[in-house]
Amino acid sequence: MKDLLAISDLSGEEITLILDTAEAMREIGERPIKKVPTLRGKTVVNLFYEASTRTRTSFEIAEKRLSADTLNIAVSTASVVKGETLADTAMNIEAMAPDMIVLRHPSSGACHLLARLCRSRIINAGDGMHEHPTQALLDAFTIRERKGRIEGLKITIVGDLLHSRVLRSNIGLLTKLGANVCACGPRTLIPTGLDRPGVTFSTSVDEAVAGADVIMMLRIQQERMRGAFLPSLREYFNTFGMTAARVARARPDVIIMHPGPMNRGVEIASDVADGPYSVILEQVANGVAVRMAVLYLLAGGAEGSEN
Amino acid sequence: MDADRMGRTLTRIAHEILERNRGVEELGLVGIRTRGVPIARRLARAIAEITKYEVPTGALDITLYRDDLMRHAVGPQPVVRSTEIPFSIDDKKILLVDDVLYTGRTIRAALDALIDFGRPKSIQLVVLVDRGHRELPIKADYVGKNLPTSLAQSVQVHLQEIDGLDEVEIQES
Repeated sequence: MKDLLAISDLSGEEITLILDTAEAMREIGERPIKKVPTLRGKTVVNLFYEASTRTRTSFEIAEKRLSADTLNIAVSTASVVKGETLADTAMNIEAMAPDMIVLRHPSSGACHLLARLCRSRIINAGDGMHEHPTQALLDAFTIRERKGRIEGLKITIVGDLLHSRVLRSNIGLLTKLGANVCACGPRTLIPTGLDRPGVTFSTSVDEAVAGADVIMMLRIQQERMRGAFLPSLREYFNTFGMTAARVARARPDVIIMHPGPMNRGVEIASDVADGPYSVILEQVANGVAVRMAVLYLLAGGAEGSEN
Repeated sequence: MDADRMGRTLTRIAHEILERNRGVEELGLVGIRTRGVPIARRLARAIAEITKYEVPTGALDITLYRDDLMRHAVGPQPVVRSTEIPFSIDDKKILLVDDVLYTGRTIRAALDALIDFGRPKSIQLVVLVDRGHRELPIKADYVGKNLPTSLAQSVQVHLQEIDGLDEVEIQES
């Protein structure tokens, strides 16, 4: 595997290998010296065309814990504002011979373009409304840790399904590992083309959360909405927001997840976000271990087996 | 080397460890994954039979410290397994345990890994088999058996806990 562009490129065995490796990586974060020399001398460029706190910090910590040299490029300060295209920026970075590029970009498929142009290994840190593979991997890691398995679980995903790359990656990953996914949102925000065995769509939260092992909330992405998808945020919260009363319909050992950033009072009530079922901060902690696993496995992996 | 011989060898090493280290409370055993771990546990058991004291035992995975990790352009990365050292190694006399001592590169990596966990008082090396051909200036403190080999041969240690039987064999390749 040269790059990590999308969950759809990965087999079930590869996903399991990443999760198992992340298990070992997590221990490094518990040591007094949180650093191993594995990627010494490797250069990783974090190229972020969209705002990000969690993902960028998480990648950077993961890179530093593996002793890679890291470089952050945020577009607001880069020559992109002077009119340079993604391809030109990439070729210029490539000329300085980094080993890996972590890319976040508002256009779907930007990572695939880069992977074709560059010898460096590309890691997709979110491309438009397409995929966010490391988020799905850390979600799966968190579920597996809490539930001991993924196969056979009922996983309910509620929110802005249409604009969510997290949903696309998660549906791909969770169905590959045998979970039953129920995706729930307003009719205007249900995407087409995601029908596959193991996935059902619903417009009723109360139905969707009934008997769920995992509830995953998605943010309402107003910045991506071009049109009148919702009457109002208050109405959205009343119809789809995750409240304690709705959580009570799920299994008693349900866990609540959210990829962040959260909009309290829009998709999730504060008492649920901070409540005993919430594993939202565990997801963030696990993100570092999962990204370390991905960086390690890509750094020396076989050429050309995937892409 | 068969099961009987292996058992007596480990008992002998346990006695040697106690002879050379006064104060069993200061000791800590760390086995190198994979086969150093069950050997370390057996040594802990042997020491407990003699002294009635359980020496704390941990497992060390050295994959992330290997010096040959990024040298192969092709081929999947070695699998990383977990390191579990459930005690503080600070000011302890650590007994580092592995099955076969060969080039010494594994031990070099293990020393680097171990130092990341603290500052032990000393580190001593225990190996079941020393097959020679060192590439680094490393020497074992306790050796089960010196086994002269050629570079073409490989030494396989099988252990009950992992392979279902205890034996050491030399394979021609």
